[in-house]
Amino acid sequence: MTEAAISCRDLRKYFADVKAVDGLDLTVERGECFGLLGPNGAGKTTTIEVLEGLTTPDSGDVRVLGMTWKENERELRERMGVSLQETQLAEKLTTYETLRLFRSFYRNGPDPDVLLHELSLDEKRNARVGKLSGGQKQRLTVACALVGDPDILFLDEPTTGLDPQSRLQLWEVVAQFREQKGGTVLLTTHYMEEAQRLCDRIAIVDHGHLIALGTPADLIAKLEARNIIEFTSEPELPASACADLPGCHGMAKHGEAWQLRVDSLAEAVPRVINVIERNGAKLLTLSTHEATLEDLFVSLTGRELRDT
Amino acid sequence: MTPSKIGPPIIELARARTKEFLRETEAIFWVFGFPLLLALVLGFAFRDKAPDRVPVGIAAGPMAQQRLDALKKSNALQPRIVTDGDDALRHGRISLLVSGDAALKYQFDPTRPDALTARSAVDDALQRAAGRRDPLAPSQAFVHEQGARYIDFLLPGLLGMNLMGTGMWGTGFVIVNARMKKLLKRFIATPMRKRDYVLSHFLSRIVFLVLEVGVLVAFGWLVFGVRVNGAVGTLALLCIVGGFAFSGLGLLTASRARTIEAASGLMNLIMMPMWLCSGVFFSYERFPDAVKPMIKALPLTLLNDALRGVMNDAMTLAQIGPKMLWLVVWGLVTFTAGVKIFRWQ
Repeated sequence: MTEAAISCRDLRKYFADVKAVDGLDLTVERGECFGLLGPNGAGKTTTIEVLEGLTTPDSGDVRVLGMTWKENERELRERMGVSLQETQLAEKLTTYETLRLFRSFYRNGPDPDVLLHELSLDEKRNARVGKLSGGQKQRLTVACALVGDPDILFLDEPTTGLDPQSRLQLWEVVAQFREQKGGTVLLTTHYMEEAQRLCDRIAIVDHGHLIALGTPADLIAKLEARNIIEFTSEPELPASACADLPGCHGMAKHGEAWQLRVDSLAEAVPRVINVIERNGAKLLTLSTHEATLEDLFVSLTGRELRDT
Repeated sequence: MTPSKIGPPIIELARARTKEFLRETEAIFWVFGFPLLLALVLGFAFRDKAPDRVPVGIAAGPMAQQRLDALKKSNALQPRIVTDGDDALRHGRISLLVSGDAALKYQFDPTRPDALTARSAVDDALQRAAGRRDPLAPSQAFVHEQGARYIDFLLPGLLGMNLMGTGMWGTGFVIVNARMKKLLKRFIATPMRKRDYVLSHFLSRIVFLVLEVGVLVAFGWLVFGVRVNGAVGTLALLCIVGGFAFSGLGLLTASRARTIEAASGLMNLIMMPMWLCSGVFFSYERFPDAVKPMIKALPLTLLNDALRGVMNDAMTLAQIGPKMLWLVVWGLVTFTAGVKIFRWQ
């Protein structure tokens, strides 16, 4: 049996004012795309940087490809590619020069020009990095992660701030990496859609703790409801008003609005309107959608994923 | 699109660094333009010329006109009759005041060198006009030796100052910038060896050294006729050693700083004493004896002395050897310490 691509046990990393990672256990299998999901400040970046060997944990075991950072740092660096959250590549170098520089650090890897072609950057080969668009820069960052022909790819918020088109292009690159060489991917994101589209399994973290783990479908199933109704009324309904409705699995405050997790929209929507009328209130807004990981996060923490 | 062979990391890092620099227009000015401008301005400001005539005043009075005629014969003086003699003297408009009535009197501040020159010239002129005959008639020989002009002194100093500035800024600024942009962190996430990164800075420095030293020396020679009296090879080696010492100092200065501001402050703190004390614009011989050993141990003093040795006094490698050795020590110590405490992220 081959060892897991990444495993960590009881990982802890405390900073002066915050417990960034507080007893985290994770196992990522080889060939898997694993997503770390959580709001800003949940400890995602600290976790991924510990796994990348860039931050030393206060305690806990980390093994990557069966090796430890202490004993096999160079070997591990040869076999992994990373994209950090805030790296700004040298603006005065061209796309090709940047990739060429990174290629020189690795024993093996593709020709920079071949990689530029694969990432649709060949037209920008001789353009300075400073002149690239956000999406192009991000693709170059990922190209730098791929230029050493890695077995594992670490991507820290690879698509934050990108337009939808660039995001799709990047997802394509990740999919190719998995198809072509069966590589393992660990990524952090706060985009639910991204996690649902890319990841085989997802760990939701908050305040340095793991609060849910599973396939996207499993996690959504945990909501025990397939649909969400969101409404506001004047005056506002009390917290218990809809909780006892048949087919309703919970009611939670979401900003100004109440959120109900329900099985069937057709049955629940008339009942909700009925309750509002019985309370002598006036319905202001009402919307519905299929349950997503976003809703799971709200139901688990009572907070939104993207707030701050 | 010819695929060229990719070299080892240290070469690729130095190559990338060099390209980046050559694309940085402002940096080009500070490295090449600024020292040339400085050499040009100072070279002309201090070019050799006859000393100015000393202004002296004659107080109004019965003897004033006669004394004025006598003083006009001296080519060291610029005499005129003044009505506000005391005031002119106090404000330095004249260096000496001669009385205008029968009793001859000189009024001057004996601590001022120009006043002493005036005293002697005025007295000579008046005594001769009054009929004094000098018993001795010495002949005079005027010396204008090349290599003894101010520009000959200045140019090696500017060269040293430039090597310091570019060495420290060129290394320090780039490192702090890369740290701020998290590029250093990205580099250490690759198998790149930290040693290669640090040494690549020195390597790319050598490329610029050839350019900046070449430009300044050629300029001095073409515009002011400043010669390199010693061996050019010795000068080249000395510049490389100097560049090494200051790259090391730049690395050490930048090894911890998190912001450009912090690094700039530290750089200026380190460079300022050397600008002032290490004999860039004037000889450090003017400083008290007690601090001279300290001044002489500063890397810029070592470099400037050695540069003047080679350029002005045609010293050999063996003669400047000890100073070069000390520069190597400065470089090694600062490089080692800098790498040791280096903050990668």
